[in-house]
Amino acid sequence: MSTISHVIGTGISSAVQVAVVAVGGPVLVGVMRKVRCRLEGRVGPPVLQPLVDIRKLFRKQRFRPDQATWIFTLAPVMLVATVVVAAAITPLVTTHPALRASSDLFVLVYLLLVGSTLLALAGLDAGTAFGGMGSSRAVTIGALAEPALLVTILALSTTAHSSNLPAIVSAILAHPESVATPQRLFALGALLIVIVAESGRLPVDNPATHLELTMVHEAMILEYAGPDLALVTVGEAMRLTLLLGIFVNLVAPWGVATSTSVSGVVVGLASVVAKVAVVGVFLAVFEVFIAKVRLFRVPELLAGAFVLALLGVVSGLVAK
Amino acid sequence: MSASTYTNVLGLAAAAVLLCAVVTLWRRSLGAIVRTLAVQGAALACVATVIGLHEHDVGLIVVGLLVLGAKAVVVPLLIGRVVRHDPNSRETDPLVNVPASLVAAGALTFLAFAATRSVTSLVPTTAGRLIPIGLAAMLVGFFALVTRRKAVSQIVGILLVDNGVALVAFLATAGVPLLVELGASLDVLLAVIVLRVLAIQMRSRLGSFDLDQLTELHD
Repeated sequence: MSTISHVIGTGISSAVQVAVVAVGGPVLVGVMRKVRCRLEGRVGPPVLQPLVDIRKLFRKQRFRPDQATWIFTLAPVMLVATVVVAAAITPLVTTHPALRASSDLFVLVYLLLVGSTLLALAGLDAGTAFGGMGSSRAVTIGALAEPALLVTILALSTTAHSSNLPAIVSAILAHPESVATPQRLFALGALLIVIVAESGRLPVDNPATHLELTMVHEAMILEYAGPDLALVTVGEAMRLTLLLGIFVNLVAPWGVATSTSVSGVVVGLASVVAKVAVVGVFLAVFEVFIAKVRLFRVPELLAGAFVLALLGVVSGLVAK
Repeated sequence: MSASTYTNVLGLAAAAVLLCAVVTLWRRSLGAIVRTLAVQGAALACVATVIGLHEHDVGLIVVGLLVLGAKAVVVPLLIGRVVRHDPNSRETDPLVNVPASLVAAGALTFLAFAATRSVTSLVPTTAGRLIPIGLAAMLVGFFALVTRRKAVSQIVGILLVDNGVALVAFLATAGVPLLVELGASLDVLLAVIVLRVLAIQMRSRLGSFDLDQLTELHD
């Protein structure tokens, strides 16, 4: 009986997580845009504008390039699907999501990589110059972020002796004194740089530009229109929210439910929404004060993340 | 101070010293490099003070305050003045480029960790386990000294090495005697003043801090 209720509980918590990421993603993008506009002295679009835009795009006609193959059709669906699976199994609201044993940091990284790789292929698929350029740049940045991310995972998993994300979060909750160890701070700094690079925010990519010399992500999805574009937009917003959600729960896991009880899930939901909102606003404020770095300087930034993660691993070895 | 707080604060301060050393390799603007040096001095002072508080050693707390005054305020101010006249001075073209330097810094950190295994087993205290971090900061300083071209970044490189040595001293022996630390600090201060005069002379003759331009002998 208790196992059945446990299974139902984990299922419901995972559904709550997917729902909050799906709705919260576009809202978070809207909030970040609003904060940025206000700080720059503009009124800015309403916070819910991304949701309205997505609804509008879903109602439009399906329109694809003549030469495009099945990859072009598959990529947006797979992008959203991988993020949905990742959102279901990560400990955003509770440390007992469905498929807890599969919620490994390596699994999550490569699950998200499937989506971005297909999107890069779709950029090449239509055969236009811009798409190829955007894909090439996006893959370059992704390849440079990869080693930094892997070493970061290594540094983060030393505390819990496991790369299982719920186990890491539970270990920090159980040992609050280990929250500010040097290895964790180094690793989380590296993780933040990688998240900014992977989700195409400033200073690596400017999501608000359509200038051919600088755009990375926008060039890749230039051929998409209508419902396909809506899926890509939703997928990207969800990905940013999911990555930030994982980040905040690694930084400060307090509030995350350690069971699947109703009250725990409600508290966990409120805390994760509040934490992601704070980090999102912070990122938006930060973006006002910085410019996009030149594409050739991006390796320096990601090499910095790699060294931070390495320092994290060494600090972990030293503390042993 | 409880044991875990002590471990955490000491670990963070020592890690900040190493992080500042790496950041000097990452930044190009000489002004930013000098500011990073000041932060490193403050972190070093924090290490000395925290060990002093933990061991109830008043002398070490005084040394910590001295380090704060000398390495976080006076020395960076002295070097900062040289840079301030020339705000656009940048480390534009180091001998090893920035991403490679950063990866080299990571490798040096592992080297320091491997090289000090036998030393750390001799000092089985909380502070003693952090000795590799001090040695790594020193090696990164050497690297900056070897690969950077501007006079100011080379002075900073020397000071990074000095800070690394001081960190190892604090961690390994729970503080050197006050007199020795005073002597060492004055030594560094004097060296910085001499180097600063040299750098100013160099800029007034050549118009830049670039050491590669020093190729000819003059009367």
